[in-house]
Amino acid sequence: MAKPMARPRTRRPERPGRPPRPSARPKRERAFRFRWPSLSSGLADHARVLVASLGQLAAQPVSSVMTVAVIGIALALPAGLQLLVSNARILSGHWEGAAELSVYLKEDVSLDAARKLADVLVADPEIAAVRLISADEALAEFREYSGFGAALDVLQDNPLPHVLVLLPAGSEASADTLDRLRRRLAETLPADQVQADTDWVARLQAMLELARRTVLLAGLLLALGVVIIVGNTIRLDIQNRRDEIEVTKLIGATDAFIRRPFLYTGIWYGLMGGLLALALVTVSLVALEDPVRRLAGLYGSAFSLSGPGARGSAIIAGAGMALGWLGSWISATRNMRRIEPGGQQ
Amino acid sequence: MIRFEHVFKRYPGGREALAGVDLAMESGDMAFLTGRSGAGKSTMLKLIGLLERPTRGQVIVGGRNTDGIGRRQIPAFRRQIGMVFQDHKLLHDRTVFDNVALPLVIRGIGRKEIGKRVRAALDQVGLLHTEKVKPMTLSTGEQQRVGIARAVVSKPSLLIADEPTGNLDPDLSLEIMRIFERFHDVGVTVLIASHDLHLIGQLGHRRIELVDGGVSGGSPADG
Repeated sequence: MAKPMARPRTRRPERPGRPPRPSARPKRERAFRFRWPSLSSGLADHARVLVASLGQLAAQPVSSVMTVAVIGIALALPAGLQLLVSNARILSGHWEGAAELSVYLKEDVSLDAARKLADVLVADPEIAAVRLISADEALAEFREYSGFGAALDVLQDNPLPHVLVLLPAGSEASADTLDRLRRRLAETLPADQVQADTDWVARLQAMLELARRTVLLAGLLLALGVVIIVGNTIRLDIQNRRDEIEVTKLIGATDAFIRRPFLYTGIWYGLMGGLLALALVTVSLVALEDPVRRLAGLYGSAFSLSGPGARGSAIIAGAGMALGWLGSWISATRNMRRIEPGGQQ
Repeated sequence: MIRFEHVFKRYPGGREALAGVDLAMESGDMAFLTGRSGAGKSTMLKLIGLLERPTRGQVIVGGRNTDGIGRRQIPAFRRQIGMVFQDHKLLHDRTVFDNVALPLVIRGIGRKEIGKRVRAALDQVGLLHTEKVKPMTLSTGEQQRVGIARAVVSKPSLLIADEPTGNLDPDLSLEIMRIFERFHDVGVTVLIASHDLHLIGQLGHRRIELVDGGVSGGSPADG
């Protein structure tokens, strides 16, 4: 490296006149153009800023705690709601298996034949119980509930088939097994149609889907809120450190260098907010645990709330960090631009 | 090292700071930029440091036309120039050591190397003993020397100073100028804006006088 300047003090007495400058000049010109920053200790600088930015937070504990609290609450709301929805899904998964199958037998199947079929099906390991609804019973029921009694009197024959209502074996049969059983029965039985009575499950699922979407939307809005909170905090931070930014720009710091401490501040805010959210959710779960277990016990179920788990926890903390980073990046980039050392006369 | 080719600078609001400046400065030269307040001295230095852009004309620094240097390239460009300001522009919440180390920190230089070079720079301005104190506790002259140490710690080949002795008494001013001369002696190109004609006369380097936004003659006192 051609450095034009060594230690002038020590060199000066040795030189009576001028140094041999003409030979040194071309070297210096080259050095001027090609001296680029070294990236070798970039990691060390990141580590330095990581710690320094934490120190900055500790230097203003009140405002830092408030920012973290707001972020924590904003993250805890969607996280908690999401947890409720996923627990409800687990519950609905339990119920799904309790759905029934209705086998609409062909018209030419006699009542006796239907009874025999019912006996055969009871022996099937995949079927827990079989109930026969004869065409007459079905018609009587339909007449009673539909309000079409008079219209039905016009019919000469009973248009309804005999129906076998099957309860699948295994209380926790999944939708898949139920469907497989349905298809097997449809192929082997003399039936027009085999239908799974999962309408109510489907309705519940639809409601849960609606809830899930709502939570997602709320989550997006609150995430935006977190970005704005962090952004605003960083904006104030930048205003407070205006002189420092101006001086570092004068010295030739890149935008990335100036932005770095603010990004780490944002990430710290996000991480701490995420951990606070996690704590809030966990405390809420603990508070709900007993009542839920009692309620489930009344229904004869051993269901209990499940927490966010390692994966959920990582997602909450990670989301906090990502949002903190995003908010600080946007804010730092926007607000840094306004600080230009050339501005004042 | 520095060349101004018919440079105009008009600030928003219509004030014309420079009106057709032509100037050439060789590598290794030392020169004083003189002229009354508002003659455009600061503007010229700002154009060199890319704190401002010329309205017209070309400013060539280190063989490079500053016209072609985009916003993103400015930091790398500025790192090759040592800048000294009248108001020092030190960070008062940091120690003298940290202030001087800043240009090295932004280059990502390792801690050990930084320590060595910062102490060398402080030694050159005679402030080795102050590294742990805050700049506020120093006198104005000492603060200015910290500013100079910060400007030279990265060993730039060009040093520009805007009224570096503006707030100092004559003795301290001379002392500061002697420090600049020492860097000039080892080959650094030095350009100093100053209105202190008496002081400049004592030193006898090239003088570039700005009158009404243009260079008037100039006295090639030194090569």
